[in-house]
Amino acid sequence: MTSIKKISSDLTIIGTGMAGMAAACFAARHRIDTIQIGVNSGLIYSSGYLDLMGIHPMGTRLSWNNPWQAIDQLTTDNPDHPYARLRKTEIKTAMHQFLDFMNTTEHPYVFSENKNTEVLTPVGTVKQTYAVPRSMWAGAVALKERQPCLVVDFVGLKAFSAKQIADMLMPRWPRIRPLRLNFPSAGASVDLYPEQMARSLETEENRIRLANAIKPHIGEAKALGLPAILGLYTPSAVRQHLEALLGVKIFEIPTIAPSVPGMRFKETMEKALFAQNIHLIPQKRVLSAEIQQNDHFLLGVGEHGSTSVDQIIETRGVILAGGRFLGMGLRAGRKKIREPLFGLPVFQPEDRALWHEDDFFAARGHRINQAGLEIDDAFRPVDADGKPVYKNLVAAGSILAHQDWMRQKCGAGLAIATAYGAVAAIRKTL
Amino acid sequence: MKKTLQTQVLVIGGGATGAGVARDLALRGVKCILVEKKDINAGASGANHGLLHSGARYVSNDPESARECRDENRLLKQLAPDCIEETGGMFVAVEGDDEQFIADFQGHCEKAGLPCRPMDIRDAKDAEPALSDKTIAVYAVDDASIDPFKLVLENITDAQKLGCKFLRHSEVVKFNRQGEKIKSVDLINNNTGAAFSIEADIIVNASGAWAGQIAAMAGAHIDVLYSKGTLLITHNRISHHVVNRLRPPGDADILVPGGTVSIIGTTSLRMESLDQIRPTVSEVDRIVDEGAAMMPCLETTRYIRAYSGVRPLLGGGGKNDDRSVTRGFDLVDHARDGIENLITITGGKLTTFRLMAEKTADLVCRRINVSAPCQTRKIPVISAHETRWAVPGFSPKYWFKEHDKNDLLLCECEMVPQSAVQEIVDYFDIFDQQPDMRGIGKRSRIGKGSCQGNFCSLRIASFLYDRDLLAADQGAGEIRSFINERWKGQRCLLWETPVVQAELQEAMHCGFFGLELIPENRKES
Ligand SMILES: Cc1cc2nc3c(=O)[nH]c(=O)nc-3n(C[C@H](O)[C@H](O)[C@H](O)COP(=O)(O)OP(=O)(O)OC[C@H]3O[C@@H](n4cnc5c(N)ncnc54)[C@H](O)[C@@H]3O)c2cc1C
Ligand SMILES: Cc1cc2nc3c(=O)[nH]c(=O)nc-3n(C[C@H](O)[C@H](O)[C@H](O)COP(=O)(O)OP(=O)(O)OC[C@H]3O[C@@H](n4cnc5c(N)ncnc54)[C@H](O)[C@@H]3O)c2cc1C
Repeated sequence: MTSIKKISSDLTIIGTGMAGMAAACFAARHRIDTIQIGVNSGLIYSSGYLDLMGIHPMGTRLSWNNPWQAIDQLTTDNPDHPYARLRKTEIKTAMHQFLDFMNTTEHPYVFSENKNTEVLTPVGTVKQTYAVPRSMWAGAVALKERQPCLVVDFVGLKAFSAKQIADMLMPRWPRIRPLRLNFPSAGASVDLYPEQMARSLETEENRIRLANAIKPHIGEAKALGLPAILGLYTPSAVRQHLEALLGVKIFEIPTIAPSVPGMRFKETMEKALFAQNIHLIPQKRVLSAEIQQNDHFLLGVGEHGSTSVDQIIETRGVILAGGRFLGMGLRAGRKKIREPLFGLPVFQPEDRALWHEDDFFAARGHRINQAGLEIDDAFRPVDADGKPVYKNLVAAGSILAHQDWMRQKCGAGLAIATAYGAVAAIRKTL
Repeated sequence: MKKTLQTQVLVIGGGATGAGVARDLALRGVKCILVEKKDINAGASGANHGLLHSGARYVSNDPESARECRDENRLLKQLAPDCIEETGGMFVAVEGDDEQFIADFQGHCEKAGLPCRPMDIRDAKDAEPALSDKTIAVYAVDDASIDPFKLVLENITDAQKLGCKFLRHSEVVKFNRQGEKIKSVDLINNNTGAAFSIEADIIVNASGAWAGQIAAMAGAHIDVLYSKGTLLITHNRISHHVVNRLRPPGDADILVPGGTVSIIGTTSLRMESLDQIRPTVSEVDRIVDEGAAMMPCLETTRYIRAYSGVRPLLGGGGKNDDRSVTRGFDLVDHARDGIENLITITGGKLTTFRLMAEKTADLVCRRINVSAPCQTRKIPVISAHETRWAVPGFSPKYWFKEHDKNDLLLCECEMVPQSAVQEIVDYFDIFDQQPDMRGIGKRSRIGKGSCQGNFCSLRIASFLYDRDLLAADQGAGEIRSFINERWKGQRCLLWETPVVQAELQEAMHCGFFGLELIPENRKES
């Protein structure tokens, strides 16, 4: 038998999704002694766009231009929403600090202080978001100004059709034009994968070949849209080189998962947080949790998918940012939804028949999405009487009840703002 | 000007019965048009158990039906072998089941002339390890499993090759009478909204549970009540044989294997209307709980789809249980209602669809003075090239053996390549029809794998745009409609892993793409 290693920290963040990453970023700012643990998360599916607040009330298609006004209205109408646990200035500070942090990395963002920006998706819809990866910004500008634009796709890259995007957008953007090319540095396989393509464009020679293939088709276009494959590690340099070769503004359009922006985001965060002394335990899960007499938690850690504990963390405080069903912070059985790690009470509809609507796209959303952990003003999950279950356990991100980030378009904002609130609250107990 | 088509026989309803009638008539050289308001197998023919009955299920209360099943079962095994898996069947009783019913079973089978062999419990458990430890009696019978999609696709394709026209998305909305005769029938194309008419010498109403509605539209009357049945498909195949519970018919007492899955059901619920035929959470829970008595693993196995169909109940329904009503069919000559060229064929079973078609076509031919005899007892159904992509297991085999090196997989779960989608689209093209993603899904395994359409819907939409088969903003509506079709079958099964997948799907299609915000641009239901 191998002996089980024991480590300790003041704070443990459970989760490496958007909420966990943001929490780590805020903890690092305060130099809190922190361990972070988690497995792959929604981030690998992510578009890269950071939504703050878009649709309210749900059930209408009312899309707000100004996310702060939308948050005002939302928190007035729905005082249980996690945003209502924070003052607006706190949400602003959270977003600023997080975006400032991102802007010191290879994955910078562009945004307008008080305005949502319209951006493109791979199915050719337009969505509102708050912060846009720099690599995608020129697309937002081109769309807004209806610039003459060329969108290119590649034979073998599935679910990304320039023709589809152009067709969908044509009514509002008449001068958008599709083009299909063979990817110059494709390997032997006919299937192309964004990650491989992005890697190949890290090489100068491949960029020149790509530019040569596109050049004859530029015509009057002022902007050029490509799938999000412009480099994995040095996307800014890759894009700028191509822009210099082609003499137009270039932007990326996100692809479906596994997406390069998601990978970039994850790697960038991990590197930056490592530099800030966050102790990351990657690709492992917390399998068990118990609280000791001294109020410290003992967390049993093991491989993802196994049940055997190979490491123990003793920690004074926990931020639970385990996500929902996809992140596995919540589990749905045939009868009931549970929080599997601490057994925290989960707010939920009384019967499974009420979880989902008959129409998948029903505008008012599925009630299961409002399920989750209810918290007090200090972000502590509460029991049926509204009392905190543990004084040194706080929760952040999509695991929280009374929100529907998918329909309200507040995914990243909710994760970042509640992470900010959770860190501020737990700090007081440490 | 409204388009008018002319034909000898108009057949209404693209299920097994309509397809069977069309093929039978076509083989006799009669010109016909088959119309369906949605797509093939939109009714009970696409929502049944897929059991090719031996007849044993009916021996105690309906020996007539039992014999019909026995004979058609034997015939179809000869005539449509590609659609049938000769699994054999078992009738199984567990502790607590009605002793008298068990004791009488073999005698009833003998009286109806059905082979039925008692099995040693240990042998039965060896053959079917998933049987309950509480099993107390087992009999072997001649049940088999049948693929209703392949069966109906092949019947229609056969009929088409013989000159029958098949119109999808074409809904009958009105009959225009002139005295005792229906002069023409008005239809609407549900995709394009275009109205058109058909003039026919004879009209066959083969619209299953809708038969009463259609008859009423023509000014005739049929008594039909509706009984909804719900079924669940398991992720893995649970048994080799068809397994029936040996008791008076009840909920969740038949498990039918087919390819790599099994189907457990059904329930029976009287319905007032045909508008909301969807499985419910309580039906699903009931099936899981009841099924587990016979096969305990049904409690914990993963389910991939739930669906519901409607049985038309003729003659006013049963006394206590709708399942006790005759499963026999009804062939009505509406001359009895003063309409000389309308015939209704409804009720029956998938198992007896050929016989129903034969009797119907006999009547039609007498009326239009065609003397050609029925051929469907002799001529096998051709295993059509066009239907191969719908067969479970065909795509992966094709992909590993013979795919072109430039081909791409659009559905990675079920390994359906781009070339298959092209082939299906070309097939629509021959019959002058705009391809739709649901139609493609119906004719292939696309969307039926573990992603349930989440990713492949996007790949197919892109592919169709690239081939100019979608234009403008059609794609958004197509993706939504395709996803919703899959959703209907998933909604009640969302616990454990499936709920995780549903969340990913919503994160992509709503969170990321915002497809729920696109105004609906055409009928998606
Ligand atoms: C398909 C998709 C598209 C998206 N598009 C957008 C978009 O356009 N705009 C936008 O703003 N956001 C988008 N998002 C991202 C979204 O903002 C976040 O994923 C969401 O808010 C959830 O973040 P989270 O950190 O709360 O949870 P998750 O991302 O689910 O992370 C949960 C984390 O907790 C970990 N965990 C759970 N239990 C344990 C345990 N016991 N031990 C250790 N670790 C554990 C998991 O491993 C995971 O790392 C998208 C997400 C998805 C999936
Ligand atoms: C739950 C369940 C389980 C079953 N299990 C089995 C089994 O295991 N074995 C077996 O042998 N039998 C089984 N059956 C019975 C079998 O499925 C049916 O008897 C058979 O499919 C009926 O076929 P049909 O063509 O008559 O009707 P349907 O398949 O219902 O076809 C009628 C068609 O008419 C169309 N239509 C309706 N109105 C219009 C209109 N106005 N214009 C144009 N078209 C219209 C509908 O869209 C539909 O496609 C089962 C039935 C149910 C409900």
